[in-house]
Amino acid sequence: MDKTWNNKAWFLVLPVLVLVAFSAVIPLMTVVNYSVQDTFGNNQFFWAGTEWFEELLHSDRFWAAMGRNLIFSFIILAIEVPLGIFIALNMPRKGWGVPVCLVLMALPLLVPWNVVGTIWQVFGRTDIGLLGYTLNAIGIDYNYVRDPFDAWMTVIVMDVWHWTSLVVLLCYAGLVSIPDAFYQAAKIDGASRWSVFRYIQLPKMQRVLLIAVLLRFMDSFMIYTEPFVVTGGGPGNSTTFLSIDLVKMALGQFDLGPAAAMSLVYFLIVLLLSWVFYTVMTNYDAER
Amino acid sequence: MAGVNERTEQAVAAQAGSQKSSSGMSQDAIARLMRRRGEESKWWWVVPTLYIVFLMLPIYWLINMSFKTNSEIISSLTLYPHEPTLRNYRIIFTDASWYSGYINSIIYVVINMVISVAVALPAAYAFSRYRFLGDKHLFFWLLTNRMAPPAVFALPFFQLYSAFGLIDTHIAVALAHCLFNVPLAVWILEGFMSGVPKEIDETAYIDGYSFPRFFVKIFMPLIASGIGVACFFCFMFSWVELLIARTLTTTDAKPIAAVMTRTVSASGMDWGLLAAAGVLTLIPGALVIWFVRNYIAKGFALGRV
Repeated sequence: MDKTWNNKAWFLVLPVLVLVAFSAVIPLMTVVNYSVQDTFGNNQFFWAGTEWFEELLHSDRFWAAMGRNLIFSFIILAIEVPLGIFIALNMPRKGWGVPVCLVLMALPLLVPWNVVGTIWQVFGRTDIGLLGYTLNAIGIDYNYVRDPFDAWMTVIVMDVWHWTSLVVLLCYAGLVSIPDAFYQAAKIDGASRWSVFRYIQLPKMQRVLLIAVLLRFMDSFMIYTEPFVVTGGGPGNSTTFLSIDLVKMALGQFDLGPAAAMSLVYFLIVLLLSWVFYTVMTNYDAER
Repeated sequence: MAGVNERTEQAVAAQAGSQKSSSGMSQDAIARLMRRRGEESKWWWVVPTLYIVFLMLPIYWLINMSFKTNSEIISSLTLYPHEPTLRNYRIIFTDASWYSGYINSIIYVVINMVISVAVALPAAYAFSRYRFLGDKHLFFWLLTNRMAPPAVFALPFFQLYSAFGLIDTHIAVALAHCLFNVPLAVWILEGFMSGVPKEIDETAYIDGYSFPRFFVKIFMPLIASGIGVACFFCFMFSWVELLIARTLTTTDAKPIAAVMTRTVSASGMDWGLLAAAGVLTLIPGALVIWFVRNYIAKGFALGRV
């Protein structure tokens, strides 16, 4: 649709601008302020320059949390995207099965994030949880409280449980938009199941898949509540992701300077990723 | 004459025959196609069913636990409650410190929903109909707020709202959640509004409608489903968020999700109560999901499907 050039449209955007500025720009300025100062309590602040940033970029703790977070995000994507596509391909296209599938599959997406954590915390417990109890009963030594590997497994399975449906729903939305004529043509050409997928379904899903991958990457990059409830970042630091580390530092220890520096670096990374997301998406829109 | 007739008849018969056979073939092909798509075979339901079982199992376990007594939970692993009890739910509905958590959550979620959609409506209209100075940058800036990690904002929010004396009020949480819900509402509504042809606006203006009257009387009914979907997603993202809500509240406006962490007492964990509280948080989502089932992908994709 061609849009008219009209700068008066700014008045329509003004309420949003004021509201979001109040809840985004002012807090961000506070963070910038803290990140360059040091305090000894009593509201006395001293100029610290780039000290906190240098400290942060040389701290093993930050890079370890970052590394864990990246590994987590990549594992999540490697499982959820293929699984989501597979399930979307096998979903019914009409009849009573469609609303039932859509509603039941969307249910985990609407569970409050800490309840997701609670559900899996209980489900995985070796004494009262079905999963932990069953695994131990069949001879697998499983305990997410003590063993870092089990803790990782639990957090990953939990995230797959929580968010795979997002990929499924997006892919499904892409699949139902393919006209029948495409399949008829493929039928006439004698295309195999694989080539139908590769040359018809996958290209048609490209756009929604892009959104799914980027959303999942971003959301897993700032995951906090679910692993915090299940493992609390432990055992040791094995599931301490960036957000958990940041909250520990900012609200637990009240290390304002380092926490603010970390917030800014974290936010800049997310900003960069958002920019990539936005550019790729708008380019894609322009091509169509 | 007879020969001609015969030939014509033959031709007609041949045509009819070919028509018959071609329609027969196409029907057959369509039938095969139907089997090929969707109902691939009679086993099409296996994958969705397995997946749904995987999704429902942990939820079932929570519901199962919520109807058990604590002694049954701890003493033995039972697949269904052997002595079903409503004690856990009774505690939540009678103890003010419990049910007020739900009321607090609903109050701030509804305030947030109303604010977000009310400010997003005109903005989304502007983005979908006009080009103006800095529009693309503004749109991108809104997106970054949707993507911002709540952990980054927890501490500054706490200090900002302390400075205004708003800590532990519903409005503080509602305003803080606008950070990610307003951009989301703008994106979703923009998606729906772009689907309404611009000619409708122009015709209305020619007919002498003023902008506010056109917007409320004509435009809003046209995108009613979009408004519903935007409301639902604001409701949902505010309902599931905990980190900011917990940071900004202490007692009077504490959300249920934060109240849930109280179940540890001197006698150990009250698992049944925890499970019952968890089950009750699932209900709002489960109730409204039916109405948005066809739009849920669109909402998650920020209005871009």
